[in-house]
Amino acid sequence: MKNFLALVLVLLLSAGIIITLQNNDLFPVFGEAQVVNRVSDHYITKGSTQPIIWGETTDAEDGAANIVTSIVVNYRSFDTLGEVTVLFVSAMGVALLLSSGRTSKRLALNFKPNFMLRVGSRALFGIILMTGVYIILHGHLTPGGGFPGGVMIASSVLLLYLADDEFRSKIKGFKVLEGVAGSLYVIVVLLGLILATYFLQNFLPTGTVGDLFSAGILPIVYILIGLKVGSEISGLIDNFLTEEEAA
Amino acid sequence: MSLVDIIMIAVGALLIILAFLALNTKSLIKSVILLSSVSMLSVVGYVLMKAPDVALTEAVIGSGLVTALFVFTLLSLTKKEESK
Repeated sequence: MKNFLALVLVLLLSAGIIITLQNNDLFPVFGEAQVVNRVSDHYITKGSTQPIIWGETTDAEDGAANIVTSIVVNYRSFDTLGEVTVLFVSAMGVALLLSSGRTSKRLALNFKPNFMLRVGSRALFGIILMTGVYIILHGHLTPGGGFPGGVMIASSVLLLYLADDEFRSKIKGFKVLEGVAGSLYVIVVLLGLILATYFLQNFLPTGTVGDLFSAGILPIVYILIGLKVGSEISGLIDNFLTEEEAA
Repeated sequence: MSLVDIIMIAVGALLIILAFLALNTKSLIKSVILLSSVSMLSVVGYVLMKAPDVALTEAVIGSGLVTALFVFTLLSLTKKEESK
């Protein structure tokens, strides 16, 4: 009966959502919206009247080839700053709840990692780490960026935890790296206020669309976000996998 | 109806079924695995809807990290219960 009521509720809510999102003034049919009247058109054309061509357009308003990155880290960078803060606060909450301070030890798993798991994890560790770094570095060219890349780095650390019974990451180094990367992000966006006119402004030349060294401060910011997210989530994993030493 | 539409409908239906099963399974570890498969299928959905950025994030976080954290939490929970 309870399940049936839940099903009815879900069906009613989904019908409501579908009816409200269907072809009214706010939500036209997919592909029929008049983007010219919206601010998103400006994000795609990057404020120029010429079409943006990969490898040819130079000195556009925003040099990122990946539109999502150009919105997330340039036009809407203030939201990203908030997002980083939210992640920081939640990691801090986990650390407050789970880390026991001085006498913590590795959580003993009730299975012994066998030969295949140990060797396979070591082999995969490098590949996953390099993929994470690649995704961070190419955040302004291809899908991805600081957040998924950072989490990928943290997953490679998690693999090391799986492979070795005794493994503990240098948690203090992660804390320092996280703090430094977070502060540097704020300093970089504050430099926009000093060197140019407003907070979060892209003050470096944007270069050719599609080059690795292009898009001004976007790659720098994404590297900092990647380092911050990676160290933050590695610390979070360490918090999950340690426990208080029995006194 | 094109092939993509048919795949979309199949993925959507599977998503709903798997989410329902994840909520209603008695065993917690099975529930976590089903949740992971929900994330994995939604990655397919995102790719079909041409959102590779979201798909990448969902693949890394939803089916990688969250599943691992859930599994480790479950492992430590059962350990506590055994020692009592």
